[in-house]
Amino acid sequence: MMSIKKTYEKIGFPRLIIIVFIIVLLVAAASLKIPLSGIYSDILIRFGMNAILVLAMVPAIKSGIGLNFNLPLGVIFGLFGALVSMELGLHGWTSLFASLLIAVPLATCGGYLYGLMLNKVKGQEMTVGNYVGFSIVSFMCIVWTIAPFKSPELVWAMGGTGLRTTVSLENTMEKILDNFLSFKLFNVTIPTGLLLSVGLLSFLFWFFTKTKSGIAMEVAGSNENFAVSNGVDVNKERIKGTVLSTVLGAIGIIIYSQSFGFLQLYNAPLYVAMPAVASILIGGATVSHAKISHVLIGTLLFQSVLVIALPVINIISEGSMSEIVRVIVSNGIILYALTRSGGVE
Amino acid sequence: MALLEIKNICKKYGENQVLEDISFKIDQGEILGLLGENGAGKSTLMNILFGMPVIHNTGGYEGEISVDGQNYKPKNPTDAMKFGIGMVHQEFMLIPGFSITENIKLNRENTKSSLTGKLTKSNKLNRLDTKSMKSDADEALKKLDLKIDSLLQVENLPVGYKQFIEIAREIDKTNLKILILDEPTAVLTESEARDFLEIIKTLADFNIAVLFITHRLEEIKSITDNIVIIRDGKLIETAKTADVSIKDMAKLMVGRDISTSRLRKNKQLDDKDIILELDSFSVNMPGEQVKSINLKVRKGEILGIGGLAGQGKVGIANGIMGLYPTTGKIYKGTNRIPVNNPRAALMDSIAFLSEDRKGVGLLLDNSIDLNIAYTSLEIKNEFLKKVGFFNVIDGNKVKSHADKMIEDLDIRCTSSKQNTRFLSGGNQQKVCIARALTLKPDLLLVSEPTRGIDIGAKNLVLETLIKLNEEYNTTIIITSSELAELKQVSDRIAIITEGSITSILTPEDSDEKYGLAMSGKKYEEVTDDEY
Repeated sequence: MMSIKKTYEKIGFPRLIIIVFIIVLLVAAASLKIPLSGIYSDILIRFGMNAILVLAMVPAIKSGIGLNFNLPLGVIFGLFGALVSMELGLHGWTSLFASLLIAVPLATCGGYLYGLMLNKVKGQEMTVGNYVGFSIVSFMCIVWTIAPFKSPELVWAMGGTGLRTTVSLENTMEKILDNFLSFKLFNVTIPTGLLLSVGLLSFLFWFFTKTKSGIAMEVAGSNENFAVSNGVDVNKERIKGTVLSTVLGAIGIIIYSQSFGFLQLYNAPLYVAMPAVASILIGGATVSHAKISHVLIGTLLFQSVLVIALPVINIISEGSMSEIVRVIVSNGIILYALTRSGGVE
Repeated sequence: MALLEIKNICKKYGENQVLEDISFKIDQGEILGLLGENGAGKSTLMNILFGMPVIHNTGGYEGEISVDGQNYKPKNPTDAMKFGIGMVHQEFMLIPGFSITENIKLNRENTKSSLTGKLTKSNKLNRLDTKSMKSDADEALKKLDLKIDSLLQVENLPVGYKQFIEIAREIDKTNLKILILDEPTAVLTESEARDFLEIIKTLADFNIAVLFITHRLEEIKSITDNIVIIRDGKLIETAKTADVSIKDMAKLMVGRDISTSRLRKNKQLDDKDIILELDSFSVNMPGEQVKSINLKVRKGEILGIGGLAGQGKVGIANGIMGLYPTTGKIYKGTNRIPVNNPRAALMDSIAFLSEDRKGVGLLLDNSIDLNIAYTSLEIKNEFLKKVGFFNVIDGNKVKSHADKMIEDLDIRCTSSKQNTRFLSGGNQQKVCIARALTLKPDLLLVSEPTRGIDIGAKNLVLETLIKLNEEYNTTIIITSSELAELKQVSDRIAIITEGSITSILTPEDSDEKYGLAMSGKKYEEVTDDEY
């Protein structure tokens, strides 16, 4: 009995519900004769696509600024990097690395400025972040229309100016990571390169949290007064967390896009923050405490629900119910987690 | 027959007996002084009298109270007001954006009937009768001899006036019989306080009984008719004020039944070997301000800092560490340390155990071992190993060090990986001490080390500090609200009142000297002829 109770406590109520929900969906999918091997491949791919965007939440939470609702900031730098690499006419791996090389320094600068701003609005980071995100995305909508990109792949076919809303990556870096070393196991395609890149970034971040600098950032986030009395410059640590989060957002969207096959511009970046927030909260993080395991578990559960629910619900109901279910699940989880933000998980 | 009679009042908070068998009475027009240290039970007694909810939420009280011969058992402050008991609180209970009149008449506004009032048959929706409210307010202010426009906003008034307005509110209540004043002069300047005392006397002439709580003994001496002294929840003395000298009052207030033996042998110290010098040192810590003090601490000394709450004793250590805005000079030996810079203080081998253990002293959601190692890791680059170009935490070293500390200090926990949130107060304090021990500082600042800790753990904490002092010659500045504890461990004890050092005493000095110092007077300065 004790061990059941312990396991229950370790898993936690929200995750238990989602796991049960996934099992119900899987049973339903099987009975509806939906091919499960396709579903498993999809889960792996979508996990890999999203995990880094979710990982971007961790430095923000650890450094004390809470959930980074301003993830669109990093995403925009990532998109910009990818656009420039296409404009330069790069292909394949060169294109991927060039995108990263351009995006990361820009995201570092942007994150730094945003971090300076967050230090002036302590206690309001999540609300402010949300609105900064909206503003930046709207501002970039103007920039995308007037930016001097010339490549015919990027700009509207008619008129010749202004970027398209979705830019195809077919000729540059589509699925370059997904296909790297990929193989089939029981009919399930394993996107090795994609999963390796998630593993590499997770490992690098884990290593960072073990360094003196990483520990200082975590201390500043978990108790500001303690940090000050131990000689830690709290504002600096918060900026560090913001920069890391923004950079991971930029890297995350590049990896997401190569797998997805398109760059989505204009209003699309607005919709990256919510699923990432929902994922890490499902994983068991709170607004003040997060670990890499929360990222991995949360992303896997959240994406599984979506991947399996989509075909199942589309078959058993009229119209596009799956989209509505997705919105209800992700927002419901955010709401649940925010109400418990003060508590200890 | 007495106006207010209190018989055999007892009160427990859980297992803790805070009041035991308190009885006294007040007559009409009498001013009664209630004396006691922090934690003696004064506030609890007042809360009982005023029917504060905290009393009932914690199981009520035993004993009887009668007002004018009627049995009185207040359940809430409204009951107290019905019986004509008013209270002026230590902190102002005024609404800044309201005028003086509105504050005085708050919740007792005069009204004129209006249509909405008639329709709802309730007084709540009647119109305010501003004119009669103003004249009531003016009258109350006049009784206090206060010439001020009663339509001014309270916000912009000087502090002294605010206190008067609180009193005006009480005397405006037509049935006021007993007025309780809880440390009313604490926030006033000397001249304001003098005016204030005059007004109390006038109130007594209106046949209002006044229960006056203060730690300023000279005020008690000058205006009260009788005094009641309580100590550790017990009634020590009821007497006519004229029969007791200020020195005796001080002695009765502080003196303890339990003799606390010294834990420390007296130490030979070199007056020339100064480890820390404060020069016109001021700290702006809210509620604990320090005003331009000078202090020298000798190497190897244990210096106690005592005084009542809110007088500034806690501000000193926080100021040295740079946690609150500080001005003045700090010298560590010959080396001047920049103020407002915690890192510089730590680098100069000064460590601090905060009085706010949970807020400042601990990472509640991190493990015990990280809590113990962190300061040394950050400041002295200990517990790190090189991996490539990076300094990475050495988990094994952190853990083995923590395990050793857990054994040495007898920290009760499931393992060194347990989060400190789940430890008891005593064990949390031991974790903080372990962190300071790990840092091996020259100078250790300790604030309220035994607050919220049971007796057994208390002695262990104090003994650990003494051991640290004797083995490593660490100089310790210990700030505590408990005089007995300071006397047990210190070589000298500085008493802080109103942000300044009143006296520096030895542990052997008499209780009356301590009592006087805490009320802001030096022993030599006090003679009863002044009054």
